[in-house]
Amino acid sequence: MTNLLTQLPPDPIYDRRKQIQERAAATIKRRTFLSRTYIATLMGCFILALIPLGSVIYALINKGIAAISWTFLTALPTQPNLVQQDAIGGIGNAILGTIVIDLLAGLVAVPIGVLLGLYLSEATSRIANTLRAVTEIMTGLPSILLGVFAYEYVVLPMKQFSGLAGVVALGVLMVPVIAKSSEISFRGVPSTLREAGLALGARDSKIAKSVTLPVAAPGVITGVLLSLARAMGETAPILLVVGASGVWDFNPLHPMSALPLLTYNYSGSQYPSQRVAAWGVALALVTMILILSLTARIVSARMRREKR
Amino acid sequence: MQTKEPGIHGSSEVAERVSHSATSDRPYKIVLKGAAFFFGAVVLIFVWSVLHAAWPALKQNGYHLITGTAWVAGGNGPFGAFSLILDTLITTLIALLIAVPIGISSALALLFLVPPKFRTLGASLVELLAAVPSVVYGLWGLWYLTPWLSHTVQPFLAGITGSNFPFNGPQEGFSLLLAGIVLSVMILPTIVAISRDVISVVPVDLIEGGLSLGATRSQVFTKVILPTSKIGIMGAIVLGAGRALGETIAVAMVIGSNIQMPHSLFSTGGTLASTIATEFGDASGNTGAALAALALILMVITASVNAFARVLTNRAKATA
Repeated sequence: MTNLLTQLPPDPIYDRRKQIQERAAATIKRRTFLSRTYIATLMGCFILALIPLGSVIYALINKGIAAISWTFLTALPTQPNLVQQDAIGGIGNAILGTIVIDLLAGLVAVPIGVLLGLYLSEATSRIANTLRAVTEIMTGLPSILLGVFAYEYVVLPMKQFSGLAGVVALGVLMVPVIAKSSEISFRGVPSTLREAGLALGARDSKIAKSVTLPVAAPGVITGVLLSLARAMGETAPILLVVGASGVWDFNPLHPMSALPLLTYNYSGSQYPSQRVAAWGVALALVTMILILSLTARIVSARMRREKR
Repeated sequence: MQTKEPGIHGSSEVAERVSHSATSDRPYKIVLKGAAFFFGAVVLIFVWSVLHAAWPALKQNGYHLITGTAWVAGGNGPFGAFSLILDTLITTLIALLIAVPIGISSALALLFLVPPKFRTLGASLVELLAAVPSVVYGLWGLWYLTPWLSHTVQPFLAGITGSNFPFNGPQEGFSLLLAGIVLSVMILPTIVAISRDVISVVPVDLIEGGLSLGATRSQVFTKVILPTSKIGIMGAIVLGAGRALGETIAVAMVIGSNIQMPHSLFSTGGTLASTIATEFGDASGNTGAALAALALILMVITASVNAFARVLTNRAKATA
């Protein structure tokens, strides 16, 4: 057998085929290598993108928890001095100030935002289209501009920094965000449901109340909670208008204290104790924001499940 | 939904109900329009307030406000914001150079490469990155990146280029480069989320067509998916740029707040937004108006950038 094969004359077609196969194998090897490298690079970039998140969370937990204690969360702040450098006191009034400002801003912004969203989801006139564009552009404007606005229209006339000015700035900031997310939720309501309502002879207002709003509710509520979370962390507009307060005073017409503001001020403090405490304030702030965001997710998930 | 049998009505009753419904819907329409016009009016007042506050500085400085380089704070000027505009553009450019490749890669990885059971987790993590307030990013940059930049990065770069432009300058950490890096982290979630949205609507037929022709996965990514979703990704990038241009507090904390012409990546400076934040507290004389003028410039820039992003994303939606 072996003798027979080796004695055969050279086969040009066989050689050529072998050549082609080798080349193909080389090409495939190269292409696979390139593709794998490319994909490894993409995954590498994704992991790289998560590194800052890991670092921020680590820093918040590591440095933040060390700064936090019951007194820190409930007491009033004190000003450290050269003798008592560690006397930072607490952030109790800043926590409550943040909640008060955020809730009041929500109280103003939610009805207007949801109604604006409903209007934008239904109207098709030229005015409505312009307003839709304006709403979208407003969501992308830097928040500090609203600080300038609130300063001009609330702080200057009242001749005093106040929580109210912060409420105005954050309220105007929240309206377009809420309007956008509720418009999307309202548009997601199947038109068959509305038409069923119309066929039953219901008026537009009745359909909005009994069909559109309940069906779109999970999306609307999620949007509202997320906008509250976003507004809670805003520092720039509050920095210009809220002032500072070291006492338990929640009259919105007076200056107030707020967590993002305290984080900012402490971070540049001359006392190391305050610079470390900035992480404690930041942790408290991020925790409150995460609670709001998680509630938003749970609410929307639960309400969607109930619908089925 | 109600399942009650509709009652039998007399024709007059029906007519009455119909006419009643026609009239009683008016309050509903009025309420909706009222909310819409109220918001429109607030926006107009907002624009007017910034314009009004900026007016004295506009009248005093004219076009020098944009082209001038001298900024004398505390008194009556002159106020020239050229270096601030330049710093704003430089930091945004640095942020985009870092965040765009990483962001688009992450979006592709999240959609096609990460094992399916981790995809929701990955998306949530990116969302979490967006939920962290900017002041916390500023704090993080201040504590972790400042020393890293001044002790590791800058000596390393200086070793290569011998402390020449653009890596010369003080080794304090606070710098345009640091602001750009912090901004890149902050705009990353925007770019990832939006490019993920536009990439996810690339028709499966196209992807499978590419694969069936023998393309490798990397070829499908670069030759099918990215060209198809080009416009939408552009929209994502422009939106990210809009965020970077207007970001205030984080930049104010790491840029070193100093109004001077940028001479190096490591020079301190101030963007339009960060300067408003840091100078507003002790503005006297005409400085307040000048800061409002900065706000006006910032408003014009970011509004146009956002409008452009909107055009792009709308076009992407229309072609999808």
